[in-house]
Amino acid sequence: MSPGFFYGIEVVLNGLMTGVMYSLVALGFVLIFKASGIFNYAQGVMALFAALTLVGFQDGQIPFSHLINAVFGTKIHHFGWHLPAILAVLFALGVMILFAWLVEKLILKHLVNQEPIILFMATIGLAYFMEGFGDLMWGADIKTLDVGMPQGGNLWIEESTAFLGGEDFYGFYLDNLDIWASVVALVLVVSLVLLSQYTKIGRALRAVADDHQAALSVGISLRVIWVIVWSVAGFVALVAGIMWGSKSGVQFSLSLIALKALPVLMLGGFTSIPGAIIGGLIIGVGEKLFEFLLGAPFLGGATENWFAYMLALVFLVFRPQGLFGEKIIERV
Amino acid sequence: MLYREVGDFKASYAADQATFSIAFDRWFYHGILAFAILVVPFLINDYWANAVILPFLIYSIAAIGLNILTGYCGQVSLGTGGFMAVGAYACYKLMTAFPELNIFFCVLLSGGVTALVGAVFGLPSLRIKGFYLAVATLAAQFFLVWLFNKVAWFYNYSASGQINAPERTVFGFEVTGPEAMPWSAYLFCLVFVIGLAWAARNMTRGSNGRRWMAIRDMDIAAEIIGVNPLGAKLGAFAVSSFYVGVAGALFFSVYLGAVEVTEAFGIQKSFIVLFMIIIGGLGSIFGSFAGAAFMVLLPVLLKNIMVGKLGWATDLAAHFEFAIVGALIVFFLVVEPHGLAMLWRIIKEKLRLWPFPH
Amino acid sequence: MIRNGRSFDGRVDAPADSGAGTGRAAETPGTSGAVVMELRGITLRFGGVTAIRETTFDIQEGEIRAIIGPNGAGKSSVLNVINGFYHPQEGEIWYQGRQRGVLKPHQIAHQGIARTFQNIALFRGMTTLDNIMTGRLTRMKSGIFRQLAWWGPAEREETEHREAVEQIIDFLEIQAIRKTPVGRLPYGLQKRVELGRALAAEPSLLLLDEPMAGMNVEEKEDMSRFILDVNDEFGTTIALIEHDMGVVMDLADRVVVMDYGRKIGDGTPDDVRSNEAVINAYLGVAHD
Repeated sequence: MSPGFFYGIEVVLNGLMTGVMYSLVALGFVLIFKASGIFNYAQGVMALFAALTLVGFQDGQIPFSHLINAVFGTKIHHFGWHLPAILAVLFALGVMILFAWLVEKLILKHLVNQEPIILFMATIGLAYFMEGFGDLMWGADIKTLDVGMPQGGNLWIEESTAFLGGEDFYGFYLDNLDIWASVVALVLVVSLVLLSQYTKIGRALRAVADDHQAALSVGISLRVIWVIVWSVAGFVALVAGIMWGSKSGVQFSLSLIALKALPVLMLGGFTSIPGAIIGGLIIGVGEKLFEFLLGAPFLGGATENWFAYMLALVFLVFRPQGLFGEKIIERV
Repeated sequence: MLYREVGDFKASYAADQATFSIAFDRWFYHGILAFAILVVPFLINDYWANAVILPFLIYSIAAIGLNILTGYCGQVSLGTGGFMAVGAYACYKLMTAFPELNIFFCVLLSGGVTALVGAVFGLPSLRIKGFYLAVATLAAQFFLVWLFNKVAWFYNYSASGQINAPERTVFGFEVTGPEAMPWSAYLFCLVFVIGLAWAARNMTRGSNGRRWMAIRDMDIAAEIIGVNPLGAKLGAFAVSSFYVGVAGALFFSVYLGAVEVTEAFGIQKSFIVLFMIIIGGLGSIFGSFAGAAFMVLLPVLLKNIMVGKLGWATDLAAHFEFAIVGALIVFFLVVEPHGLAMLWRIIKEKLRLWPFPH
Repeated sequence: MIRNGRSFDGRVDAPADSGAGTGRAAETPGTSGAVVMELRGITLRFGGVTAIRETTFDIQEGEIRAIIGPNGAGKSSVLNVINGFYHPQEGEIWYQGRQRGVLKPHQIAHQGIARTFQNIALFRGMTTLDNIMTGRLTRMKSGIFRQLAWWGPAEREETEHREAVEQIIDFLEIQAIRKTPVGRLPYGLQKRVELGRALAAEPSLLLLDEPMAGMNVEEKEDMSRFILDVNDEFGTTIALIEHDMGVVMDLADRVVVMDYGRKIGDGTPDDVRSNEAVINAYLGVAHD
């Protein structure tokens, strides 16, 4: 077999790994959409914010130090300690839960019964706010995130697959980090599904997702549910932030990459957890393959910028309900 | 003079349908127009033109365009930046390919080109609705920016990948290029603003506007009472893109002069224009102006205070701006989803009764 | 106003009054007999569910044709088939003497079929006046360029149609809410505005889907009067779905009864009332 073929396979494998990352962000979207019908544009920025917060705690950064320095003319920036990773993660999670509570209190409560599109735009505003706020709090410079995730390529896979090809084939190269991310994603998905199927909270969640009014009438507190869901979404964002951040540093472009979760959802459907995963994998593989086969050789490259959106657009035109959605029968 | 309808009897349906049916409004409007045409050109200087007035005028056009699509026809688009880029690059290609062609027509034709592109990207709106469509329009945003980046023909194979506006004149006065005077650039943009705002008002007040609003409020019912969704939606996309394209052409040729596409027409542009119409008011021409003014003035104001007065670093001010704009968007959606235009309307209602509110 | 010996000055005879309410058919042979709309052997399925099963009936010019039946009998689906929102798998639709192909709802609207909806489907962001003006859309020329400059044809057209709409506003007695956004109106008035929007199209066939659902007695009387007046004064053919049997018996010239997607009765109100299948359907005799 030709080396091109093996490169192709490697591209697919890497695409799958990227897809897992997309899925992680998409998962947060699905959770919130299922429970509140809100298309949370800010999910990507939440991942960025969570990662920023994590790094900030870990490095002992003083929050708002730039602002404080500017106002009081001081020159503070660090507390001078380093927190262990696990503690920093817990603190960051605490911040995300606080954030969820604030979102419910300040935004969602006031927007009950508004049209979905208004809520969508509100989350765009929220994304803008968090971006500015995160930068104010922790500074806008690119940060490295290291919570002890294994780095570098996986030698074992590389060596054990080297025999497949010829002389100039050294085996498949896979990032350890990506493999870890896949495992974490799998664990997350399984535990989320278990949570929603077998616990009381899960049942309440599904009830709310089905019908707000009916859920209210049987005594489920919508507001508590929303805080819970946004907290869980915050947790998922934190995980996504850790994975992305470990891979490519914590920086603004993280929120742009996270935008790719949107076409993922359009493929997989907004309400399906498995859909989010499969959609993510399709987009990940699709954009890497497209770039490999057509983009780089013929189109000048960087087609990853738009491929996912185009794919989702074309796909939706033919199947508006997504991969797993049920056919929509319109009524009057 | 009191703000009253009393004594302002309308004797015909035509008078009742007028844009400014209250005499005071009419005079106020004519006053603003006269001021803008006759007084501002003599006062304007480089700083005001570049920091405030030109961006305000150009963004107003883009905001009216997006408002036609989103506010009147209910189709949310996140592709505004991409469509502005189409206008800008069309304008550049027209200016360089036909140096004899008056810049006025270059800009109009750029709008036409953008209208075509917009209609093509509007096609999915027949099948995709709501925020699905919003995400689908991201395809336009990212694809178009990529296209202008990668295909060298669009920037005439220049080494920098930038496009630069050549000097062009209207009635012998330069409106583009480094020699352009602030007042001539201003008047050039003003002509477009006035003409397009007037046309937008006319398109939205009659049967055409009702078609769009019917689609916006309930598309199924609209189709059943006889609105062809294909025509209405594609029409809205085309008209909206025309406006956005003209704005992009002016943004490039008159305001910036030199453009690098990812920087000038990235996704942030799409959001800024969307924010303008949310803050200003969806489905309101006045709101488009109010929102554009707000979004142009706010950063200038913040920068003047934080950087100018307090001496903070510019990036700190920029972060503040993000946070404040985001918070304001949420605030407006929570408190007054109909934006500044509604606040203005409420003030006017109160004024009608003032000083005897009961 | 005296109509056919009965007084309609704001009142319809009490709906429950079955002794005197022998239906209008006996008194008003107002129909010319020409068939406006005919459904032949219509079957409509959604996946495995059959909403309408081989249903055949016609609507004659100038009559008020009622469609009744228990919930889920397929009544609304029939209206949706007539105005092209659903397309039946089997059967023919004949409209004004010609067989109708598969058309889109907006094309059918242009052929002169207008309707109201069971759940109000007004354009909530618009005023009463604008909502009723949308009813004129089938009669207004489209074209963005015509409207760019308001002067001339566009303004003339607007004023012309405004006059027609003002007549409807007068007819429905909703002058006071002309410029109120419809979202703020009470339910009964919204129903009335919706009727106005349908009337504005000057339809040759008007479909009313439960025009009186959720109304109190007084509102029902008002609505009944409007429906009768529309039928009388403009000669509009009307097909309506209604649950209030008293109202149906009073208003309708002929009645179609449906149950489980099938037509089980057809005729004058008196015929239908004595039809055994109908009685069974309404009194809930077990289906085998």
